[in-house]
Amino acid sequence: MLHPTPTLKETPSQTAGPYVHIGMTPNFCGITGVIDADPGASMLTPDTKGERITITGRVFDGSGAPVGDAVLEIWQADADGAYAAPMGPNSNSRPAFTGWGRQPAGSDGTFVFETIKPGRVAGPDGRPMAPHVSVWIVARGINIGLQTRIYFADEAEANAGDHVLNKIMDPRRRETLVAHRQEGAVPRYVLDIHLQGDRETVFFDI
Amino acid sequence: MTGHFLPGTDGVLFQRDRAWHPPADTPGYKSSTLRAPRHSLLSFGPTRSEMAGPTFGHERLGALDNDLIRNFSQDGGDAIGQRLVVYGQVLDENARPVPGTLVEFWQANAGGRYRHKKEGYVAALDPNFGGFGRAITDAQGFYHFRTVRPGAYPWPNGGNDWRPSHIHFSIFGHAFAQRLITQMYFEGDPMIWQCPIVGTIPDRAAIEQLIARLDRHNTTPMDALAYRFDIVLRGRRSTMFENRLEGN
Repeated sequence: MLHPTPTLKETPSQTAGPYVHIGMTPNFCGITGVIDADPGASMLTPDTKGERITITGRVFDGSGAPVGDAVLEIWQADADGAYAAPMGPNSNSRPAFTGWGRQPAGSDGTFVFETIKPGRVAGPDGRPMAPHVSVWIVARGINIGLQTRIYFADEAEANAGDHVLNKIMDPRRRETLVAHRQEGAVPRYVLDIHLQGDRETVFFDI
Repeated sequence: MTGHFLPGTDGVLFQRDRAWHPPADTPGYKSSTLRAPRHSLLSFGPTRSEMAGPTFGHERLGALDNDLIRNFSQDGGDAIGQRLVVYGQVLDENARPVPGTLVEFWQANAGGRYRHKKEGYVAALDPNFGGFGRAITDAQGFYHFRTVRPGAYPWPNGGNDWRPSHIHFSIFGHAFAQRLITQMYFEGDPMIWQCPIVGTIPDRAAIEQLIARLDRHNTTPMDALAYRFDIVLRGRRSTMFENRLEGN
C-alpha cells in the first residue's frame, strides 16, 4: 500500500517548564476566575457507569527524588471498552464519561485520579488488550512528553495475553506498568513512576 | 472508537521523527539529566488507545478565555505591555487543518515574571495579568488570542542563563499520540540562539519552526502587533484503501 509522503514536519517539542501549572491547572496554582474548573480535574459524573477506582502513585527522578512539578494526563476507555466518540465543535452534550483526566503531582510527587476501571479494547487482529489507562507525563526537565500505560495486577490472565506487555521481554520491567490493588470503599490501584534508575518505567515511542 | 470521525482522523499516524525533537538527556539543560529515561523507548504500532483522543466540543469557552490582556483583570484595566495578537493554523503533517482542537497557552508577564509560587525573579507582578488562556481551533484549524509580549528572564541553569521571550503551547489534536507541548519564540530575537532550552533541539530548521513571524497585515491599527505561529501535529496515513488501525 502506498501513502503520500508527509509534506510538513511535526512542530518540535519543548519542555513544559516549571510553570506548567499556569497553563494546564490554573486554578490549582491560584490563577482563579479565568476558567471555572481545571480541565480534566474531575472525570466522573453521576451517569458514569463502571467500578469506581482511584489510581494513585508517585513520580520519581533518577536520584529517587519526587518530581513535584509534574503534570499527568490519562486517557482511557469506558467500562465497556469504548473510547468517548469525538464530537463536533457544535456539540453541547457532555458524555457520561470523557475518559480523559489531568492532575498535577503534589510536592511529594503524588498523583491521584478518581476514575473507573476501563473495559477491554480491541487490539491488533481484533484480540482484546488487557484493561489499561494511557498516561502522558510532562514536567520541567522533560523535553518531550513521556508516554506509558498503567495496567491492573488483578487482571493477570488478560495481562498475560496483552499485545504491549508481551513486547517487554524483562518481567521486572513489565512490572513497572502494573498497578497493585488495595481494597477499600473505593479500591485503589497503586503504581509509582520512575523516570530513570533501577526501577525505570517502560516508556513508549508510539 | 465508535465510527464518528472528525475530518482527518482516519488512518494510523506517521512514525514520530525523534531526531527532529530534542532528545531526553540534554546536558546543557541541566534539569533533564535526572529526568531522562535511560532505556530505549518501547515501539509498537498505535492501537485504538493512541489513535483516539479527548475532544472538547462540549466545552463552552468563556468570551475572555483567549484574551490574556483582560481575562485576569482585577481592577477593570488591561495588562501592561506591548499588545499582541498571536494567531496561527494547526495542521497535520499532510498539511490538513486540525479543526476543533483545544490549544492552551501560558506565559510570563511583560516584565518576565510568572504568576507562580515557585517564581523567584525580582521583576514585578502585574495585578491584571494571569498569564493563561485557551482557544479551540475553527473549521480551518485557526486559533487566535490577545496578549502582551512576555519579557525575557533569568533562570537558574548556568550561572547567568536567560530565557528569550516565549509563550508555552499545549495542543491536543484528535489522537492521544498527537499530544504536544512546545514553546513559541519571536522573530528577530537574538536571545533565541543563546538559550539552553532552545538548544536542546538539534536541528536549526526545527528551531525555526518555533519562531513566530511578525505579520504586518494582521496588526490591529493603533492597538496590537500580530505574530503568526503555525503548529504541525503528527499526520495520519491516508485511507485510499482499507487500512488496518493497529499493528502496522
